[in-house]
Amino acid sequence: MTEKLSTRNIAAEASKPSTATGEELTISRRTFVQTLGAGLLITVTDTLSWGQRRGGRGGGGGGSTPVVARLHLNEDGTISVMSGKVEEGQGARTELSQAAAEELRVPFERIRIVMADTDFVPDDGGTSGSRTTPYNVPPMRQAAATARELLTRFAAQQWQVEAGTLQVRDGTITHRATNRKLTYADLAKSKEIAEAFQQPIESDIALTAVSDWKVMGASIRRSNWRDLVTGAHLFPSDIVRPNMLYGRVLRPPSYRATLESIDLSAAKAMKDVVVVQEGEFVGFVAPSQFRATQALEAAAKTATWKTVKGPSSRTIHVYLKQRARMPAPAEKGFADAAKTLNATYTLAYIQHVPMETRAGIAQWNDGKLTVWAGVDNPPSAQRALAQMFDLPAERVRVIVPDMGGGFGGKHAAPAGQEAARLAKAVGRPVCVHWTRAEEFTWAYFRPAAVIECRGALDAEGKPVGWDFVNINAGGAAVDAPYNIPNKRVQSVGSDSPLAQGAYRCLAATGNNFARESFIDELAFAAGADPLEFRLAHLANDRIRAVLETVARHFNWSQRKKKVTPELGVGLACGTEKNSVVAACVEVGIDRKRGEIKVHEVCEAFECGPILNPANLTSQVQGCIIMSLGGALSEEIQFENGRILNANFGGYRVPRFRDVPKVDVHLVPKDDIPAAGGGETPIIAVAPAIGNAVFAATGVRLRSMPMRGEALRQA
Amino acid sequence: MDVTVTLTVNGVARTVTTDPERPLLDVLREDLHLTGTKYGCGDGRCGACTVLMEGKPIRSCVTPVSLADKKGITTIEGLAEGRSLHPVQEAFLEEGAMQCGYCTSGMILSAVALLQNKPNPTDDEIVTAMNGNICRCNGYIKIKSAIRRAADKMRR
Repeated sequence: MTEKLSTRNIAAEASKPSTATGEELTISRRTFVQTLGAGLLITVTDTLSWGQRRGGRGGGGGGSTPVVARLHLNEDGTISVMSGKVEEGQGARTELSQAAAEELRVPFERIRIVMADTDFVPDDGGTSGSRTTPYNVPPMRQAAATARELLTRFAAQQWQVEAGTLQVRDGTITHRATNRKLTYADLAKSKEIAEAFQQPIESDIALTAVSDWKVMGASIRRSNWRDLVTGAHLFPSDIVRPNMLYGRVLRPPSYRATLESIDLSAAKAMKDVVVVQEGEFVGFVAPSQFRATQALEAAAKTATWKTVKGPSSRTIHVYLKQRARMPAPAEKGFADAAKTLNATYTLAYIQHVPMETRAGIAQWNDGKLTVWAGVDNPPSAQRALAQMFDLPAERVRVIVPDMGGGFGGKHAAPAGQEAARLAKAVGRPVCVHWTRAEEFTWAYFRPAAVIECRGALDAEGKPVGWDFVNINAGGAAVDAPYNIPNKRVQSVGSDSPLAQGAYRCLAATGNNFARESFIDELAFAAGADPLEFRLAHLANDRIRAVLETVARHFNWSQRKKKVTPELGVGLACGTEKNSVVAACVEVGIDRKRGEIKVHEVCEAFECGPILNPANLTSQVQGCIIMSLGGALSEEIQFENGRILNANFGGYRVPRFRDVPKVDVHLVPKDDIPAAGGGETPIIAVAPAIGNAVFAATGVRLRSMPMRGEALRQA
Repeated sequence: MDVTVTLTVNGVARTVTTDPERPLLDVLREDLHLTGTKYGCGDGRCGACTVLMEGKPIRSCVTPVSLADKKGITTIEGLAEGRSLHPVQEAFLEEGAMQCGYCTSGMILSAVALLQNKPNPTDDEIVTAMNGNICRCNGYIKIKSAIRRAADKMRR
């Protein structure tokens, strides 16, 4: 039997983690039922507006979000749950499924999660800022707990018993005294339940205490794990639509360059190539990526551009500082100080470099646009596409299959926009998959920055003044978590010559690098041990706890005695996004060759109760090693808006050979709400390396990346 | 001028008529619909596109399809036998050696090639053999553990 259901039905098919090819708009009822399960079909098809319903700030569950927007009982005993979050390797798929399973009292395997499909899931905002754990896990738990309550109440009513006498385990509601049982699968077809699930999610419903967690807190693996090792999982760039073509887009040679002329005749003459020109937008569509690229190259070599002069990676810091609204230096605390210090720290632009470059696949059907894209903010991408084509948002659907990394770099879907434009022009689905060079050049960068630090010590070596200004990178973790009586911290804007945006943990990495390096400078000026100095002045007990933990595991007090000019140890700590971190490192230094080699990183991290220890360990290990790139080697080189090292040869990311001994200590803290753990572990390593280099050599490296060559000259 | 290339992919003979300069990667993905092999950089520096040609690891993004003529190619889709995974695939699952998983195909094939040559690799040998494969989730530690685990499995 085939019936015309609303187009949302293919969402179910398309949102299955690994088979996101979708079907045609008219799908068989069987396909639909297989996907979402048969239960509550009426509710599903009647509630046409969930996809557009905003879940609340960062994905709330309270307010008017009905249970059915989050949760769906299937006849086979599985439960489908809906989330607007994107899986990009950080573990949201698993964590949200664990949350639902826990409160529903079912095993993890019973949960089928549908993610990141604007036709089908609530608007949970973007997947960024470590927000899934604090802002999206609770609503998922509330939805599941509300559903469990409604189901239990229904059973109690049926059996004319008190709801409190019922037990729920393994998806079965039991009344022991009379030995009556009802399973979630039994209730999947119930019209009463369908009606009950229209009720709002109860945001104040009691949730399972951490001490009673059975599914949350366990090292459970992603449900589509197996498909990642067999190649079966379809990432955004793997989506193929019937009759799909491949598109490439003409890019300027440099930032802010404008097209003066181009001869498209050679490209147009190529077999099977369609050239799409709309103002400065020039695209090339062909049956293969190779042919589209040939057409692009044939046209590109005829193009003339008006380029714009600008700063280079060597002059960028002066440039940014000149264009910043610098405050006058703080005076309080400095006038009567026994000692004052100034230092300028800098950061280079870096790229996120996700393994999967930006991809978008667009298909138009009857004036409705569907875009599969690697983007971490599907609703925002949907709005941008709607605006671009002057469509109401509900005529645009954005689907994000689990994608190949993001790290804060995929807030928008430019490849999806390009694909949509080309698909509209050629009347067939089009795939645009950026090359690595495009990704290195046209994806936005982690901002470059200048950070001006001033500090003052009294006669006893206590810090009495602190003046810290970040230029251009932002205010994340700009505060100093130390007891300093006169403290001023500030983040000021400038005029970035390159496109810049979010990066894993935002400006916290740069601010932490400058602050924790400068704290070391103050400790040295005060003649104090870097650990003792921090412990004496820290204003945050959670940081203190992880710092003490890491120092103990690293054996700080013994190892700092063994420092030589070739072997240094350093430490640093910090807080961001309601989690805390501290790291100790050991570095080897070869001043002749100008080399810094990180031998060991020991890090302690605390983000409240731990939702999935294995996943958190992966995140922390990943942050530590990723941070080595920004600390030591990653830097976008550019001149007059032209990116000079847009490849893996010129831009050095960490590889196997760079991996030090890594020792991770997850510190659970169960008396506070859980915070996200995918970002903050990145912020402590770079300053610890700088501090270790200083301990060994007496040379303070104040630029990220910290180049070993600087030691050769010094 | 298009040419006809015959290659055996995962044990199945396939014939493709195409531009001889087209990367093997594109032919696998676009013509043969084997999307498990990934584009990562297009210049052979990241390893995401690694496949085995006659048992040896190659970067399919810089291998013109004409070079694969009459050759046997193994992609990630060809490693498992039915439902039964290759020991390296099993080891990746058991160690949880993936985050986003985009580099995983290339990692696994590079590891399979390594273990064919060196059934009991030292840590240095693992690093040397795998250094051309980039993981941007930086899951290198668990990947190394998975390779050691796979080596144990395969020796048993």
